[in-house]
Amino acid sequence: MSELDLRTAAASAAPARRARPSAGEILAIGFVLFLLIATVAPNALSSIDPNAIAAREAFQGPSLQHWFGTDESGRDIYSRVVAGTSTSLLIGVSATAIGLALGLVLGVLAGFGGRVLDFTVNRTIEVLFAFPGLLLALLVIVIAGPGPVTATLAVGLSTAPGYARIIRGQLVGIRSSAYVESARVLGHGPWRILTRHILPNALAPLLVLATLGIGQAVVWAAALSYLGLGAQPPAAEWGAMLSAGRTYIGTAWWLTVFPGLMIVLTTIATTVLGRSLTRRSAGQR
Amino acid sequence: MNAHENLLEVDGLSVSFDGTAVVRDLSFRVARGECVAIVGESGSGKSVTARSLLGLAGRGSLVTSSSLRLAGRDLRSATERDWRAVRGSQIGLVLQDALVSLDPLRPIGREIGDAVRLHSHLSAEDARTRVLSLLASVGMPDPERAIHQRSGELSGGLRQRALIASAIALDPPMLIADEPTTALDVTIQARILELLADVKSRGTGILLISHDLAVVSAIADRVLVMKDGRVVESGNTRELLAEPREEYTRRLIAAVPTDKPRHTPLVPGGASVPAVASAPDALAPAVLEARGLVKTFPSPAGRFRAVDDVSFCLRRGETLGLVGESGSGKTTVARLVLALATADDGDVLLDGGPFSELRERDRRPVRRRIGAIYQDSLSSFDPRLSVRRILADASALAPEADRSSVGELLDAVGLPAAVAGSLPLHLSGGQRQRVSIARALAARPEVIVCDEPVSALDVTIQAQVLDLLDRLQTDRGLSYLFISHDLGVIRHMSDRVAVMKDGRIVETGDAASVFEDPKHPYTERLVADAPRLVFAP
Amino acid sequence: MFVLWAVATLTFFAIRLIPGDPAEAVLGGPGSQASQETLDQVRRDYGLDLPLGVQYLNALGRLLTGDLGTSYALKVPVADLLAAQIGGTLVLALAAFTVAWAIALVLSLWSTRGSRFAASLGQGIELTSAALPHFWLATVLIAVFSSALGWLPPVSTGGPAGLVLPTVTLAIPLAGFLAQVMRETLLDTLDAPFIVSARARGESERGIRLRHALRHASLPAISLSGWALGYLISGAVVVETIFARPGLGRTLLQAVTLRDVPIVTGVVLLAALVYIVMTVVTDAASRLADPRLRRAEAGR
Repeated sequence: MSELDLRTAAASAAPARRARPSAGEILAIGFVLFLLIATVAPNALSSIDPNAIAAREAFQGPSLQHWFGTDESGRDIYSRVVAGTSTSLLIGVSATAIGLALGLVLGVLAGFGGRVLDFTVNRTIEVLFAFPGLLLALLVIVIAGPGPVTATLAVGLSTAPGYARIIRGQLVGIRSSAYVESARVLGHGPWRILTRHILPNALAPLLVLATLGIGQAVVWAAALSYLGLGAQPPAAEWGAMLSAGRTYIGTAWWLTVFPGLMIVLTTIATTVLGRSLTRRSAGQR
Repeated sequence: MNAHENLLEVDGLSVSFDGTAVVRDLSFRVARGECVAIVGESGSGKSVTARSLLGLAGRGSLVTSSSLRLAGRDLRSATERDWRAVRGSQIGLVLQDALVSLDPLRPIGREIGDAVRLHSHLSAEDARTRVLSLLASVGMPDPERAIHQRSGELSGGLRQRALIASAIALDPPMLIADEPTTALDVTIQARILELLADVKSRGTGILLISHDLAVVSAIADRVLVMKDGRVVESGNTRELLAEPREEYTRRLIAAVPTDKPRHTPLVPGGASVPAVASAPDALAPAVLEARGLVKTFPSPAGRFRAVDDVSFCLRRGETLGLVGESGSGKTTVARLVLALATADDGDVLLDGGPFSELRERDRRPVRRRIGAIYQDSLSSFDPRLSVRRILADASALAPEADRSSVGELLDAVGLPAAVAGSLPLHLSGGQRQRVSIARALAARPEVIVCDEPVSALDVTIQAQVLDLLDRLQTDRGLSYLFISHDLGVIRHMSDRVAVMKDGRIVETGDAASVFEDPKHPYTERLVADAPRLVFAP
Repeated sequence: MFVLWAVATLTFFAIRLIPGDPAEAVLGGPGSQASQETLDQVRRDYGLDLPLGVQYLNALGRLLTGDLGTSYALKVPVADLLAAQIGGTLVLALAAFTVAWAIALVLSLWSTRGSRFAASLGQGIELTSAALPHFWLATVLIAVFSSALGWLPPVSTGGPAGLVLPTVTLAIPLAGFLAQVMRETLLDTLDAPFIVSARARGESERGIRLRHALRHASLPAISLSGWALGYLISGAVVVETIFARPGLGRTLLQAVTLRDVPIVTGVVLLAALVYIVMTVVTDAASRLADPRLRRAEAGR
């Protein structure tokens, strides 16, 4: 009771503040909008052809004409970054979708499939966790060969165990929750409890997971491209651009800094959005 | 009265957080060897008051007063450094539940020793001796062993003793106890109150913060009743309890169920319950019967018998109170009766037919006949569903001819129809418990299992909910299996009582005879230790 | 042990999915134009002519004796190769781990001092550091400290100076993650009733942090350590490649590019082993730091 006194006193002003998005959230939403426009209509953001070679304009630093400078073939970095958005995002989103779908299957099997299945799936997840991070992805690439499609698949597969673990935990938690028990006490059937209570409550957090996951997937996919195992130069993909620019790091920093900045900003934006979604849904309940 | 006899003098104390006042214009005195209690419900500002007196009101707080003197010393302009010198050495603080109020990662010897170390220059050896003698003085058995244990390794009563030892380590003239017995079982609560009375008799002034009038009446010399940050009434404990002047104090006292006969409304002037509800017929048929229930859980020493050969029968229209301290197995009994857990042995019969023995598929259509109300009603509601959906879902299970609309249900539990659109999260604790009662009623049950239904509520809200349960029982002929740790509540609500200890029912009988003439020594101790309001001046 | 066996089995069968003839891979891929006799010879040498089940049991048996097979490309025993490489990676990982903990501790303690400015700045730093990809951070660090300022070498071939940039590259993002967890626990702990008790005893702000809060805040970070080391090893693939530093990561990447299956298998198994050992160590450390876990286990 003592705690409650203090909290109710302190919390009275909080809800009003929560309703308004913070500066960080606005920036994050703005950046995501920028990415979406760059994906759907890259021409709206840049009028320069991302692949137009102009040997005379090679290695120009950032200027009014070329905001992010030009590369070794005189291509405009800004328009290449914009053009690369769709590829990078596509890889990130599909990898997340693959990971989440696999995670969902495994998680649901473990959460609902009875004790034996739960044990098996849990052990599988545990084993997959022993391949840290990129290692699982690298193994997939050894098997399937390099390329953007396998890179996507590789990232998707290697993120799946993480999702599976979270989803399973969520399902198990909801299944033994007081509200599911009270529905059982009332005499509701298992199918109704599943569709009315368990699934809706378990699926809502998936949106947050997906948001947070896209940032991570973009980074991993870019890392594979950077290592020469994903998208290959001269494709305008962020990781590949970085890799290509690495050679000139001493003389033309803008070749690597700007594509990298896009990756970092994407990750930050998705993290900020994912967290604010979590906070808002927590505030609702 | 000599000014120096006043240990603590507070005048015009106000505390606000971000412009919202939570304590307004509070004044009181505490003399040496005196216990002054601040009583109030949640949100009354009593805990904030306690913390302000230690300079610990917290971040974003604004504390003002026209006088704040401890042992003649003005604390209004105290710096953080001054406060640190005062805390521990001049004022000690005892909080609720030592499990979280002592650092769970550190041995209690170190926790208590910290207070000694911070305010004196004793050698390690002397400090250790001091800690040992302190533990002995608060009645800790085997202090040598206890100093190496952490709060989680001690029982609730012992760790509360350790917490008190850490607060009085330097013999501060003033002790603030904020709900010091709230999480404890009655028998342990009684011992802790004795310990506090002992501390008081050594000349320490005590400021007791509590929601429980009975606890206050056991130890306090004077009482301040707080509501919404203001003092409503204050005075000598016995006089105030016997002749309350203010309406709010009267409501507070009336709301305490202890020693109030069955069917007496606890809310004065509230909807009247038929004065003489006919006592349930002793020969009425049993609607619910438990026969030889056994439930064990695995533990290091073989299997732990949480419920051990429990049998009882609940007759139509009556309330059977199941009372016991924490760990006595009463909640496991509730889960067995609701068929949420499977008994190792024994069975539960509903209206003479099988219930616990049925296959889940066959039991499902019968389940609606046994309803349930839980202590934590919020977590028993799907967080996504509105009150309307919750009630509509439940009433869909009632027989078609007998269905009530959401409006009727809300009306039956005394809630406005406007509540239907809200999420339970946005309701108050009392409103939530009413919704949970409405949900139980919606399926038209014959029996309702009430598992600590009012334990999380403030006393005036508790009174309203108990009155409501009583009225519904009379109106609808319901039978209650009423589970609680609170003897006052149990006695007020029950026709018959079963006392549980360590998984067994040690005594059962009519409420009046069990409480007035307990046969089993354990029941005897429970009844003796249960705090009561002392009215006689 | 189960996990190690499962990892070995999984990798063994997974690599059978590789299209193409392993014997050709030994001889330098499908373009090698090797004669049938040479292929047969290779198959016999590597035991590839035996039935799959026998191959599997052979591989497991060799594994038990510490034999990880022979590299296709380098024609040396994988075990020897990895033994020579693991030291560099472990030094790097441990250095980065230590630096990350130090940064996280300082950052989380500083950002919870109460000022709103420090809190948002700390949160921003954590968020940004955790979002930095190794490959980009490494490139930027090289651009600044090697190319522009010339303070530190861009390649890490031994010597303490060469270790600085790779360590920092690996440590900064990890520190971001650790600091987030620590800060959140620290804030929760500072609100706990036992902190109020300690303050009411007259404990100073510094005492509160050092004697009580810090220990609580380090608990979740300790239990993250197993994950953290895995994260560092996977990061080492990128970092060792960029800084041309000898180690497991670089060896792995080269093997992946050349499809040198025995090396890939070996590194994966070794990483799994490290992960398992780390999990055991982490559990033990958690139990040491948190007596409640010990009791929970005894009570089970």
